[in-house]
Amino acid sequence: MPAPRDTQAATSLSLAAVAVGDLEHLSLTLAPGEITCLSGPSGSGKSRLLRAIADLEPHEGDIRLGDQPQQALTGHDWRRAVMLVPAESQWWAEDVGAHFDHDCQAGLEALGLSSDTLGWQVARLSSGEKQRLALLRALSRRPRVLLLDEPTANLDHATTLRCEAWLGAQARQYGMPVLWVAHDPEQIKRVAQHHVRIAGRHLETST
Amino acid sequence: MNVIALEGWQLGLAALMVVALAACTTMARLGIGRPLLIAAIRTAVQLTLVGLVLEALFASARFQWVALMAVAMLLIAGREVMTRQRRRLRGGWSFGIGTMTMFLSSFSVTILTLTVIVGPQPWYTPQYAIPLLGMLLGNTMTGVSLAMDRLTTNVWQQRSVIENRLMLGQPWQEAIGDVRREAMRSGMIPTINSMAAAGVVSLPGMMTGQILAGSAPALAVKYQILVMFIITAGTGFGTLAAVAATSRRLFDQRERLRLDRLSTPKG
Repeated sequence: MPAPRDTQAATSLSLAAVAVGDLEHLSLTLAPGEITCLSGPSGSGKSRLLRAIADLEPHEGDIRLGDQPQQALTGHDWRRAVMLVPAESQWWAEDVGAHFDHDCQAGLEALGLSSDTLGWQVARLSSGEKQRLALLRALSRRPRVLLLDEPTANLDHATTLRCEAWLGAQARQYGMPVLWVAHDPEQIKRVAQHHVRIAGRHLETST
Repeated sequence: MNVIALEGWQLGLAALMVVALAACTTMARLGIGRPLLIAAIRTAVQLTLVGLVLEALFASARFQWVALMAVAMLLIAGREVMTRQRRRLRGGWSFGIGTMTMFLSSFSVTILTLTVIVGPQPWYTPQYAIPLLGMLLGNTMTGVSLAMDRLTTNVWQQRSVIENRLMLGQPWQEAIGDVRREAMRSGMIPTINSMAAAGVVSLPGMMTGQILAGSAPALAVKYQILVMFIITAGTGFGTLAAVAATSRRLFDQRERLRLDRLSTPKG
């Protein structure tokens, strides 16, 4: 993996009285290096909540990285630290490699991607390859918090397990809190240390 | 050499050609006949009226009348920029940005040209000021409206890409960079093309007019070069400012893409 830009202390991410869309009074703390799964019915606002945490959507409430409030950082600095990987990734250049700032050969191998993938054309990628490359693209920028919107939706079972293992190892190694939108109860059991569910307009903790 | 006077029946003959064209396209069911005739009638009426206004203006040559005319031209151009947008900025921002950028670029370039380069006495002499401003506004209007329309349309179409770039921590200027370059390009291409083709493919309208009116070609050419350069400067700075202001307005303080600030196209 690429060398970290600088070794930043692992921090937690906390939400207090956050309201976005139909959701309100959301409070949640994500601990460093731990994965919290978020589930809920379709249209219940999971993606919107992730967008609010990444500050891409106007919202109310207090979101902090460690003791730093969201407003203390510029929008792009906040999103560089609190990185959202959307369910459907977008690619703007023709070559895959143009989307990567750092070397990430080790990550390619760990995700089961060919080592020359960065030299490919984006048009050649399958949806599963795009999904894994989007994860790698985000993680190669060394975020401090990771927000994942169904990161394994287009992957077969073996590749899903591979991705889960890699994401878990990355979270532990860099002390990243991870909020992971997932549907599959088996997956939640495998990856999550904590599980919260959207019930109506609120969040409830599952055991 | 005196200009040959044009009589009404001579214009009527020219109008007949347009009517014949409209008839042909109507028979071929191409659906352009009606708008063609309406535009032709507008041209005749608008130019006749402006002729009367200019005669009165040239006769009085008072600063406040010249200024009033200039402001009226600016507001009409601002409205035209707004109506050419498929997706407008809500809350009057399209009109505001269009008018303000055209004011800043066209007026300052015209005033600079009048006071420093051409130097009529007084500098606002309407025979110089109004035609110069008209040409600048006309071209700047085209550049500004093309660029703003391209910018808002492309931002709408590429919203997912722009947001994904924001998610990766790019500043808004970088996330919208490709769209901005494309918009600036489409605003400037007509001007660049007309400079490149001037004299080789096309004889510019103003030069043609001056030669018909009896000017020496060498003088007409000098005026035309001057006009081309100031048009380019006016259009370029106007488009630059419009692209900057419009793209800034599409993001908020937190650098979020705010497509709710764009209206949905009608029809």
